[in-house]
Amino acid sequence: MTKQGQLPRWVDYGLLPALNLIAAFIVSGLVVVVIGEDPFEAVKWIVYGALGYGEGVGFTLFYATNFIFTGLAVAVAFHAGLFNIGGEGQAYVGGLGIALACLALDAYMPWYVTMIFAVLGGALFGAAWAFIPAWLQAKRGSHIVITTIMFNFIASSLMVYLLANLLIPQGSMQPSTRNFDVGGQLPLLRNMWPTLDLGQSPVNLAFFIALVACVVVWLLIWRTKLGFEIRSFGANPTAAQYAGISPVRIIVVTMLISGALAGLMGMNEVMGSQSKLLLDFTAGYGFVGIAVALMGRGHPIGIILASMLFGLLYQGGAELAFEIPTISREMIVVIQALVILFAGALEHMFRPAVESFFAKISQTKQAEGAA
Amino acid sequence: MKKTKAIICTAVLSTVMAGAALADSIKPGIVYDFGGRNDRSFNEAAYRGAEQFKARTGVKFRDFEIQNPSQREQALRNFARRGLNPIITVGFAQAGALEKVAKEFPDTQFTIIDTVVDLPNVRSVVFKEQDGSYLVGMLAEMASKTGKVGFVGGMDVPLIRKFACGYKQGVKAANPDAEVFMNMTGTTGAAWTDPVKGGELALSQFARGADVVYHAAGGTGIGVLQAAADQGKLGIGVDSNQNHLHPGHILTSMVKGVDAAVDKTMTDAMNGAWTPGVLVLGLEGDGVYWALDEFNKDLITPEMKAAVDQARADIISGKIKVHDYMTDNSCPL
Repeated sequence: MTKQGQLPRWVDYGLLPALNLIAAFIVSGLVVVVIGEDPFEAVKWIVYGALGYGEGVGFTLFYATNFIFTGLAVAVAFHAGLFNIGGEGQAYVGGLGIALACLALDAYMPWYVTMIFAVLGGALFGAAWAFIPAWLQAKRGSHIVITTIMFNFIASSLMVYLLANLLIPQGSMQPSTRNFDVGGQLPLLRNMWPTLDLGQSPVNLAFFIALVACVVVWLLIWRTKLGFEIRSFGANPTAAQYAGISPVRIIVVTMLISGALAGLMGMNEVMGSQSKLLLDFTAGYGFVGIAVALMGRGHPIGIILASMLFGLLYQGGAELAFEIPTISREMIVVIQALVILFAGALEHMFRPAVESFFAKISQTKQAEGAA
Repeated sequence: MKKTKAIICTAVLSTVMAGAALADSIKPGIVYDFGGRNDRSFNEAAYRGAEQFKARTGVKFRDFEIQNPSQREQALRNFARRGLNPIITVGFAQAGALEKVAKEFPDTQFTIIDTVVDLPNVRSVVFKEQDGSYLVGMLAEMASKTGKVGFVGGMDVPLIRKFACGYKQGVKAANPDAEVFMNMTGTTGAAWTDPVKGGELALSQFARGADVVYHAAGGTGIGVLQAAADQGKLGIGVDSNQNHLHPGHILTSMVKGVDAAVDKTMTDAMNGAWTPGVLVLGLEGDGVYWALDEFNKDLITPEMKAAVDQARADIISGKIKVHDYMTDNSCPL
């Protein structure tokens, strides 16, 4: 059925990521052996920590929520052929928008009213932070990879200035805003469904906002005219322009959507879990979003699965560091980095071999069919 | 004969086991903040304190380095759930997490360093960094030949401005006409671990005429002290006693007794003497102090020592009031 050189979808979306993942785990296992620990024991603790009990599952979902937002942000830009490295900064500034909405409304409004303004604020601020790099790319050709990276640093400096000087409560040590009242907090799932046994995990309503965002992104990219234009532009900018699609409009609009999605990450961290705006609350989730989008092949379903995987690694990794003290925080980062390396950078390592393997199979099948 | 041996053996064995049981009687835990166990500064001082305690008593402790803000609560809860006691959290950023977890585990003894959490099962250890910084500020100005001194901070946060403000007050107390150059290394966590930039900032201050530079910049400060030594100027260390790093080129160090506080907390818990409440460590009892040892004794003249000792006594007695930046987020100078 398949044409030569083209893979069946289940291979592209299932088998290849699985192979990459297995390779990553084998190398991680070797690293664990090198420092003198039992790799199977380590895997056991990672899986148990992430999925073995209610609170672990809650934390896995909580981290996954962050990755869904940032993964979607990177994926939308990918479809237009844009590499948005600025998810970290956009999420950070988006968090500011969310925090301002919460600070303004938490004393007067119930959470579901605040939530609407927080979503708008986060999306608006995140989009605004993506606008300048987008505009520079569209109008001046400044490469978006460079400008979005630069904007991460500017976001970091801006937020430190705001938190250390303006938003900090009097006499407080910590550069953060005051705590939001109940009106500025998203309900935790453990309080919404006490029977679910999520322990003390911070997974909250933002998880469902993330799932809604997935549906919206799917509709946008595959079911709207704009989505078609975005994909056309990403596939061949010259042809798209010839067909009457304005590159300036597509670049700017795509990046605004991308920035808005990244900005919503704060719904989970700021409004859902911490109930305040903290310094560096993004903690690298924006960058992991790149790996999530790559691994999820830019499709919302893939992104959800990849987010779950990274959520599992984050939560299971913490559990591992607890249970086996010789495996330090840095070791966990090494394991996570190996997964990113194999899933992202070395994505094409197994592809030629798999392609030729399936090409051979389809050839034999064709030969049989002919005979 | 054989029997006596057996009895002795049993006796020895049982004492050993009793000792082991005693040593196992407390299970301390430490949760470090972002810097991590080996930050060569604040978190590491806590680790050192725990190691001292372990070396002295043989009691093992567990520790955890957090990776993201959500893990603060999780780490505390995991430790408490596993029955660890006392649990020490290092750094002001942990206050929010501790407030929640301490309420869930009212029987666990928590200790937080560098900020106050007002709960019946929490001991809060805070330091009067402004007082110690005041004294090293006086020393800096008295040692300076140009009348110009410098300060290099790490990350620009209120805590570091507290150091800076105390230092400036000390400098001005020694010489109201003195000039103080102030630089912060950065605005992100990376500002704690950037010795190259620290060195550059110190060099620029030397170029403007400063000849003594005080750092409150964690790992970044290593570069500040190196620059001072390379230029034949004087540096002032912080948090730990750093005098030995460049003998003859480090005027003194503003030592903050984080290690002593951790050691004391664990010892108290073992002896059943742990108490909740706020423990303010100041000049009195050497919670903060300026370090004088064989590496810098030639740099400190008897007049300097006398003046600083007098100021120290005056601060303790309340005659000199050093303004604390954190009380109103501003510095009078």
